[in-house]
Amino acid sequence: MTTTTYDWRRAERAATPRRSWLARAWRSQPLGFLASMVIFVVFLLGLLAPLIAPYPPAQQDLLVALSGPSAEHWLGTDTLGRDILSRLLFAIIPSLGYAAVATIVFLGAGIPLGILAGYRGGRVDGVISRIAELAMSIPAIIILLVVLAVFASNPMAAMITLGILAAPGLIRVVRGSTLVVKEESFVTAATVAGVSPGRIMGTHIVRRVLGPILVQASVFLGTALVIQAALAFLGLLSPSNNQPTWGGMIGEASQVISFTAWPLIPPGLAIVLMVLAFGLLGDAIRDATADDATLRPSRRKRHATPAPTAPEPLDLDTAGHLLRVENLRVSLDSGVTLVDDATFTVNQGEIVAVVGESGCGKSVTALATLGLLPLGLHIAGGTVEFDGVDLRAGGTSAYASVRGNGIGYVAQDALGSLDPTHTINSHLREVVSRHQKLGAAALKARTRELLQQVQIGDPERVLKLYPFEISGGMAQRVNIALALAGRPRLIIADEPTTALDVTVQSEILHLLRDLQRSTGMSVLIITHSWGVVADIADRAVVMYAGEVVEMGDVYTVFDAPRFPYTAALLAADPSTSPLGEPLTTIPGRVPAPGSWQTGCRFATRCQFATAECTAGSLPLRVVPPGSVTRCIRAEELIAEGALTR
Amino acid sequence: MLRLTLRRLALSIPLALVASMITFVLIPFLPGDAARALLGPNATAEQLAATREELGLNLPIWEQYWNWLTAAVRGDLGTSLISRQPVTEILNSRLEPSLSLIIGATVVAAVIGIVLGIRAARRGFLGRFVDSTSIVALAIPDFWLGLVLVVLFAVQLRWFPPTGYVPFEADPLLWIQCLILPIITLSLPALARIAKQTRDSMGTALDGTFVRTLRAASIRERSIIYRHALRNAAVPILTVIGLVFVGALSGTVAVETIFAIPGLGSTAVQATASRDLPLIQGVVVYFTLITIAVNLVVDLAYGYFNPRVRTK
Repeated sequence: MTTTTYDWRRAERAATPRRSWLARAWRSQPLGFLASMVIFVVFLLGLLAPLIAPYPPAQQDLLVALSGPSAEHWLGTDTLGRDILSRLLFAIIPSLGYAAVATIVFLGAGIPLGILAGYRGGRVDGVISRIAELAMSIPAIIILLVVLAVFASNPMAAMITLGILAAPGLIRVVRGSTLVVKEESFVTAATVAGVSPGRIMGTHIVRRVLGPILVQASVFLGTALVIQAALAFLGLLSPSNNQPTWGGMIGEASQVISFTAWPLIPPGLAIVLMVLAFGLLGDAIRDATADDATLRPSRRKRHATPAPTAPEPLDLDTAGHLLRVENLRVSLDSGVTLVDDATFTVNQGEIVAVVGESGCGKSVTALATLGLLPLGLHIAGGTVEFDGVDLRAGGTSAYASVRGNGIGYVAQDALGSLDPTHTINSHLREVVSRHQKLGAAALKARTRELLQQVQIGDPERVLKLYPFEISGGMAQRVNIALALAGRPRLIIADEPTTALDVTVQSEILHLLRDLQRSTGMSVLIITHSWGVVADIADRAVVMYAGEVVEMGDVYTVFDAPRFPYTAALLAADPSTSPLGEPLTTIPGRVPAPGSWQTGCRFATRCQFATAECTAGSLPLRVVPPGSVTRCIRAEELIAEGALTR
Repeated sequence: MLRLTLRRLALSIPLALVASMITFVLIPFLPGDAARALLGPNATAEQLAATREELGLNLPIWEQYWNWLTAAVRGDLGTSLISRQPVTEILNSRLEPSLSLIIGATVVAAVIGIVLGIRAARRGFLGRFVDSTSIVALAIPDFWLGLVLVVLFAVQLRWFPPTGYVPFEADPLLWIQCLILPIITLSLPALARIAKQTRDSMGTALDGTFVRTLRAASIRERSIIYRHALRNAAVPILTVIGLVFVGALSGTVAVETIFAIPGLGSTAVQATASRDLPLIQGVVVYFTLITIAVNLVVDLAYGYFNPRVRTK
């Protein structure tokens, strides 16, 4: 119908700052395009009905009543021998017209009240929202019947009522969008510039909330069409021979279903088609007007990925380690590589820290080690070996047998890591029972023992609490207790203190170190902070842009870094740089996955880079006295003293 | 939790008042007046006067409403203008068929919808299937679907009686047979909505960080889905089930008419067609009370599934 196609154009004009979305919509929304074409063509057929319909809508021919499709009557005839195709065509404008009336009322009531409620806030918002909530709780159909009982068979009254009864839904949507838009800078700027609130609401805000409004309008057109048809079917709207409606046609057809079902089909399918088209159009508008951010992943997929270079195996003594990760490569399912050569080991009883800037692939490496990569990511190559067992080769069952009682996991988001619908007790009992079959008393004792192990003073009280009733630090202790429940030999802790208060951070770190000492287990800690590394780690693994660039024991890495990135990172860290000197920064930023160059990925930011750094692939290699580095100029730079502080 | 429930109950009082007031607000708009509308153009002056007296039409509107309200609070919703029976008596007898239908449709839709939604929560074929079929299922008008089902299964295949209703006490087997087609009609769009919501909220819940913790602790997938994720996804699913119940209540208007079931919905249609205002006013009250009751049950269920609501 016209309003819809017209609205598309209006929407385009309104969204001038992001003009490309309409063009993009045509390309990326084939269903939406198809839907709007269907609506347009049907509307056109309705307008042209007097010219193209083979018979007048009311012309009866009782001799051919209830005949099926034929050359004279393409879609057959109804009870009175009227041509169904002609009536179908003549019914377009009344059917859509009544739906449009309801929609106009719906928009007329919903938009101003929604914007007013969202923009004014306070008491205005309170009153409007309260009334809207009230109106939404009353079943609309029964109110429509009351109206039709009073205004007998008056379709206009019914449609206006329908628009009013449905408006609260729109009010809520518009109010929500307005609340968001109100905080945006252009509205603030307009307010400061002295533009009147009425003008701001009438122009700036209307334009920005147009997307959600069009979505609602499109879907509501379909709803109104169905309700109008239902009322016509029930015989509650005035029947008129000259103005058939689809619902009325179904009503007439329902009288004769024991003889023939055919007259039921064309008007029913017409309604389904139109409701479907309005719904799909709404979906398309929603997708097209959504923030660009939500569209980005699909675009990134199209980026060509650099051909993975086969990492050369590092000739290290790799026997007898508890965890051995070698040449691990993790990719998005679309092909972009996130981690490309992660190689490190963890020995029994050792605390190893993986350190690097955000986005260098530390967490992905940790999750890949556990086989817990989120959907859309997969391990594309390399080895993960725990206690001599190749987990990748062993597949799901190998991971399952190792999780919990071989490797425990502690995540960064302490509170989010606990299920808010279960108590701490419920968490601990389930995890403990998974690893050991215990009697009720033993289970109870074990849960308390675990909480004591993580130094929670009053286990009885804490056990009864839900995750949202405890602090972040407490939650992280509970997570560590959960990780300990299976008596693992290794705990992987992914930034376990980053989200916590500073004072709590050191408590958790000390707890991890104490636990490591008392149980003799190993810890692999992922962190971006050299302070954490210095605090608890025995060895450090430095990652940059998806690969390990240096590793060695903590003292060597701190005192004599073997890779320029490590040196720069140390100099930029407030907890490790010398007092009284200005902090240095590393110019540029970590290259994003998919945009890695050949050779050294740090070269563009490295003050020591030469042409040979980017000439070919750089394997990890051992540089005496024991560090492993990827820098091909390591010996030179060490000799010059360029890397030591 | 108790306070929340009481607050909800207190908020439903204005709802009941507003809903019951609508008819009275509309009465002055009747062309001529209610008596003439009811008796038609050929009524004599005496008949009109008697009817006006009976309906209390000579009183001001607010007084008419007040009289109705004070009687309604005592359980007296007046007398039907057509059948001359008390409105409550008529509607109480229509309650069983309607509730059988609505509860049946909601239960069928909830059980199948949730199972389907959980299965579809992971991407893949079933997920896409639920997404696309739910769009189509929601586009089919219930009254048309009902008619098509009658033609197929009652007229053509003769598996079910085409129309009518037999109370459960009279013949449980026939009762079920009479209800199957109307329940399918009402539950199809409801099922689509519940399946879609379950798929969406289960997807969100399974993306939650706590799921990773549970997986890392080697908790079985079955427990992760049913004990943890489903419970976290429960609130939006319950909201939709509540909406679906109220939707089925509205659906009775068309579906009971098609299947000739003597329920609240078909009574409302007859009352509208015959302009039996006290009767339709009674249906408004019953619909509103059922809606309030459902919302209350949904609220209590929120508390059961979400401890955050309960502990507040």
